[in-house]
Amino acid sequence: MKLYEYMAKDIFRLSGIPVPQGAVFTQAEKVTEFVKEHAPVALKSQVLSGGRGKAGGIKFADTPEDAAERVRELLNLKIKGLPVETILIEEKLKIEKELYVAITVDSQAKGPLLLASAAGGVEIEEVPDDKLIKRLIDVTIGLRPYAAQDIARRLGLSGEEAYQAADIILKMYQIFRAYDAELVEINPLVISKGQVLAADGKITLDDEAFFRYPAEVPNVEERTEREVKARELGISYVELDGDIGVMANGAGITMATLDIIKHFGGDPRNFMDAGGGAGTEAMAQALEILLSANPKALLINVFGGITRCDDVAKAYVQVKNSLDIQIPVVIRLVGTNQAEGVAILRQHGIDSYEEVAEAVQRVVALAGEGRLN
Amino acid sequence: MAIILNEHTHILVQGITGNQGQFHTAQMLAYGSKITAGVSPGKGGQEVQGVPVYHSVAEAVTHERIDASVIFIPARFVKDAAYEAMEAGIKTLVIITEHVPLHDAIDIMAFARKEGVEIVGPNTFGVISPGKSKIGIMPNSIFLPGQVGVVARSGTLSYEIVSHLSKAGIGQSTVVGLGGDRIVGYSFVDILKKFEADPETQAVVLVGEIGGNAEETAADYIKGMSKPVVAFLAGKSAPPGKRMGHAGAIIERGKGTFQSKVEALTDAGAKVAALPWEVSQLLSEIMGS
Repeated sequence: MKLYEYMAKDIFRLSGIPVPQGAVFTQAEKVTEFVKEHAPVALKSQVLSGGRGKAGGIKFADTPEDAAERVRELLNLKIKGLPVETILIEEKLKIEKELYVAITVDSQAKGPLLLASAAGGVEIEEVPDDKLIKRLIDVTIGLRPYAAQDIARRLGLSGEEAYQAADIILKMYQIFRAYDAELVEINPLVISKGQVLAADGKITLDDEAFFRYPAEVPNVEERTEREVKARELGISYVELDGDIGVMANGAGITMATLDIIKHFGGDPRNFMDAGGGAGTEAMAQALEILLSANPKALLINVFGGITRCDDVAKAYVQVKNSLDIQIPVVIRLVGTNQAEGVAILRQHGIDSYEEVAEAVQRVVALAGEGRLN
Repeated sequence: MAIILNEHTHILVQGITGNQGQFHTAQMLAYGSKITAGVSPGKGGQEVQGVPVYHSVAEAVTHERIDASVIFIPARFVKDAAYEAMEAGIKTLVIITEHVPLHDAIDIMAFARKEGVEIVGPNTFGVISPGKSKIGIMPNSIFLPGQVGVVARSGTLSYEIVSHLSKAGIGQSTVVGLGGDRIVGYSFVDILKKFEADPETQAVVLVGEIGGNAEETAADYIKGMSKPVVAFLAGKSAPPGKRMGHAGAIIERGKGTFQSKVEALTDAGAKVAALPWEVSQLLSEIMGS
């Protein structure tokens, strides 16, 4: 789960990382008092996508009237298709230096990786490798003060600035661990009037650890309604742009099914890994989600390993009788108890395929016919 | 030979009295796996499928020979179970559970490195050496003993590919599921090294997917391998920024794309199949010649 900048900064503040004076607004009319006290100010659109500055999502103002007008403009803005609903207004900083610091996960090293650069304020992908400081962190000893101080020195800092920066880096690591984060990033970490502070903040939390998030973590929902419902059912579901609904069991085979649909000229409506669930209730709810996205045809691709084909067939027959499915459905059913499953489907006038290639070609043709109508 | 496990591997099942634990213990026994003990706190003294159950791993290892442990424990308790097994001296763990928190996986791997423990998973179907033994949840029927090593990130996709191999008469030495999470124990390279050294394995199939750079790293190693490698990659049509089921299957910041993986593997001399069923065709061509 990605947190908005202002939420990340709330966590920074709680953890003792200095951030600029700021407040969050959703209406232009309410900004007067804050701006009066803190002008000049920066007005920052709260969106989860990158490239906010380039999209015109950050503005500056010297007076409350000016600020209100800019806030109105920002609230009408869309950044990468997403409407701006919240503005963070902060005191405008006099910036002497911009640095980059992040803690993320290195899959190969299987542990936290600290990234830092004296060339902050730009997208980190644009920083050349030789300007990037990398340090793997061994979780059994954690990030130690000597290591944080070493990073601060390599960032070109000394004296009080180095001390403050090292302290911030240590606190970032504490947040990373205590909040089950995938990413804690400060870009830029700025030096302003002798103080080191987080001018921006990005925190992404591990979805699998939601059950133990600290109480102050807010809930941010980036998903469509159907994606939320699927998540509640424990189904992996991602909405796409095409017209063929897809249900399969297993992430890899679902991805491959989408690829095969594309290969034969079709266009998938979604990714759905329904897992091993062959129960009638699970099947019904998964199908309801698929149908509510209005696909032109459906493909169910089940490789019965642990999932038994006859269970899948029984569940599908029951669901088909209770849901009024108006679009063509193609089923591919192989694996454990395949013959029994195919027989059950046939008794109810439903054909199934053994080869995934045949099933996909059929569903692509059916969706195409639907398109002409 | 085979890698990681064979007919002599003595197996412990952690979480043996749960639904999954009981069901898969029966399946593993039916396949011929040598399961010597199970663990379930508070249920010591019981039996599951004739296998003795102990309260703790420490207790199990004093009574039985155990070479490897398989973990069927709910996600939030996996870290504890893995620590318990490692502290008791078990050197091979297979963690089947999915949805293990990222930081728990990091902690498990850090401890494993210090203890010299090798880990399959989490979020894996396990390991099978066809005709010898299996540790995991894969279907018993689709595998055929033979000379091709298979290493995959994904379960059902490997079943799909393996069943094509078996139908074509191409048997497997060992099939290993690395797991779909961002942090897993064995990497492609770890397993490729084992296959390269295994006299029984003549060729290797690598089943990868978008996200991360595990396939690119594998490609670097494949360059120096003497055995042929055929690869299939899932996720060609996946949009960036979306997790495709597996926590690891996401294109982030332009990294982990399908194209970069295909290029890396092709440059390394691996044959990359465009469609799952082409893997067995490519292997037949290579092994026939």
